[in-house]
Amino acid sequence: MAFKMKTAILVGAATLVAAVSGIAYAAGGGGTGDYKMEHKHWHFQGAFGTYDKAAAQRGYQVYREVCASCHALKHLSFRHLGDKGAPFYNADYPNPNDNPLVKNFAADWTIEDIDTETGDVIERAGIPADKFPPIYPNEAAARASNGGGLPPDLSVMVAARSGGADYLYNLMLAYDAPKPDDVELTPGLYYNPVMDGGKISMAAPLSDGLVEYAPMMVKNDAGEMVEVAAPEATVEQMAADVTEFLAWSADPKLEQRKSAGFMTMLYLLILAVLLWFSYKRVWRNVEH
Amino acid sequence: MSGHPSTYEPKYGATKWLDQRLPIIRMGADFMTFPSPRNLNYWYTFGGILTLCLVSQIITGIILAMHYVPHTELAFESVQRIRRDVPFGWLLQPMHAVGASMFFFAVYVHMFRGLYYGSYKAPREVLWIIGCLIYLVMMATGFLGYTLPWGQMSFWGATVITGFFGAVPVVGESLQQWLLGGYAVDNATLNRFFALHYLLPFVIAGLVGVHVWALHHVGQNNPIGITPKTKKDTLSFHPYYTVKDAFAVVVFLLIFAFFLFYQPDALGHADNYIEADALKTPPHIVPEWYFLPFYAILRAVPDKLAGILLMLGAIAVLFVLPWLDTSKVRSMRFRPVARGFFWIFLFFCFILGWCGAETPDNMVPFLSVGDKGLNFTWLSRIATFYYFAYFVIILPILGLVEKPKDRPESITKAILGDSSHGAAAPAE
Repeated sequence: MAFKMKTAILVGAATLVAAVSGIAYAAGGGGTGDYKMEHKHWHFQGAFGTYDKAAAQRGYQVYREVCASCHALKHLSFRHLGDKGAPFYNADYPNPNDNPLVKNFAADWTIEDIDTETGDVIERAGIPADKFPPIYPNEAAARASNGGGLPPDLSVMVAARSGGADYLYNLMLAYDAPKPDDVELTPGLYYNPVMDGGKISMAAPLSDGLVEYAPMMVKNDAGEMVEVAAPEATVEQMAADVTEFLAWSADPKLEQRKSAGFMTMLYLLILAVLLWFSYKRVWRNVEH
Repeated sequence: MSGHPSTYEPKYGATKWLDQRLPIIRMGADFMTFPSPRNLNYWYTFGGILTLCLVSQIITGIILAMHYVPHTELAFESVQRIRRDVPFGWLLQPMHAVGASMFFFAVYVHMFRGLYYGSYKAPREVLWIIGCLIYLVMMATGFLGYTLPWGQMSFWGATVITGFFGAVPVVGESLQQWLLGGYAVDNATLNRFFALHYLLPFVIAGLVGVHVWALHHVGQNNPIGITPKTKKDTLSFHPYYTVKDAFAVVVFLLIFAFFLFYQPDALGHADNYIEADALKTPPHIVPEWYFLPFYAILRAVPDKLAGILLMLGAIAVLFVLPWLDTSKVRSMRFRPVARGFFWIFLFFCFILGWCGAETPDNMVPFLSVGDKGLNFTWLSRIATFYYFAYFVIILPILGLVEKPKDRPESITKAILGDSSHGAAAPAE
């Protein structure tokens, strides 16, 4: 019996090992030429990983001031920014629509609407319930403004590339890499070894000091919201911050999922032990 | 429906009344006391695990269907809305997607267990064939479901698979258009795929009912493949196997939970987070992992129609397996030669899966130097050859020439070891 049990455990363990190494293999991909992807340790990795709220808040600022001139976030509403597990969550405002920071961010955007009195198309300031608006009126307009390239939506970008957060982070840093001779660039294309084929329509988006970081409001160990000073806005810092923000945008329920996962696994583990002893007891007098 | 004498005695007036009119409580009671071979090991717990998978998929699926929008313009967004805004959508959507993978993992274990212990042999041919039908409908359901999120792999996977029908001689093109509801995968296709994806799980549930009925008619096979002869060879299903199944289910759920909560995207493809675009073909179109071996068989031959026939043949051969294997001995424990071939078969199934995931022209690591050596096309050809040879050459011939080891007279003797042949050593 013990032997069979061991087999079952071995098979289970082998499945897990195979799965995990498969994941590691899949995550290792990307990059042309000699470029070495930097594997960063992200705050949201691991069984208990959470988003670095301060970094994600800065990341939103980078998105708003830099990326948002071309890239939309169409699956997000402003209120999502103040949800539990989101960069601007504040326990004082369980309803994110009441969160003053979220209200301010929403108001910073212009939303196209219909005047209900006249039926005219009007523009008004955003409210938390609004979705992030499109940047361009249509695809043709987007291409026309970007030399034929189409800036993709960033809502789930981190999930949509096999390297995940590392891919996005490296993409923004890899513009300095020397171009190999066999990569031919036509006007409007730039060399970026992280892209498939090494060509990208986006010019290097970041430069040192491009953003002047605002101080951030985060929870301290005592659970109070305190102001934290901003770091220097280097290219690396901005790339890491906006990646943290976009990782949250792609998987906003990560923290909820991981904490539910811990409790579920713990429950199942205890149940498995209890059932194992029940099994032993039921079968105690049975030769098999 | 079970073939053993009923021991159920209705105790109360109401149950006596009901028992004479619809013996449904009796059916449940007989189910729980069903005599099961006393030597079933953990490989025999996957039937229960699969039932759980089916129920979980149906429940999560029905809730998802309440929020999902089957329209090309809205499907991708509606999945995002489920994950972001629908209460517990963040849990239900990955539970359904990861659940599909876990379902296939369990069904493969269940099938290989059947292959190893000869569970397809008389009198279980019909039981096995119904199982093959369930697997076939599962494949259809899995494929249809994968199109619904309307990501790049959804769209291009659907385009490739429905393209198979175009390869049918003469009527292919009209058949394909009839299936798609147009000239290409579009809104009409998505709508009918959604309707069918909702329908087929209930077909599976019906087939599972017939599968269990057949199982209870012929009785379970067991690791030594010797039919129970006396009462001593069996145990009541409850509590012995309910508790063993329950333990196995919970261990299975631990693996499920690991993927669901910590690696929900590991079994999927990143490209499916890109909304479907009919004008942009992804560089590598690959199916979900559980179809990879068949995808490799499809690509192993240069001709499209031949590839499709070969792929269908790979499944069809399972249906006639009971008549291909000529050996009267069920369990591989007593067939040392066949056992070796079985493990090679399992190995090549994994190789086929690997080939399905790789670009055919790429060279195989360890088996090539530079551009000299074996590429994945040739590796998949070797593996495909073995896949078919195992069923149509090895098993038919081996049954006639192999000398099986001596088998114990009964399950009880095999366990107690008082037979002169000794107890069967676990073969795993």
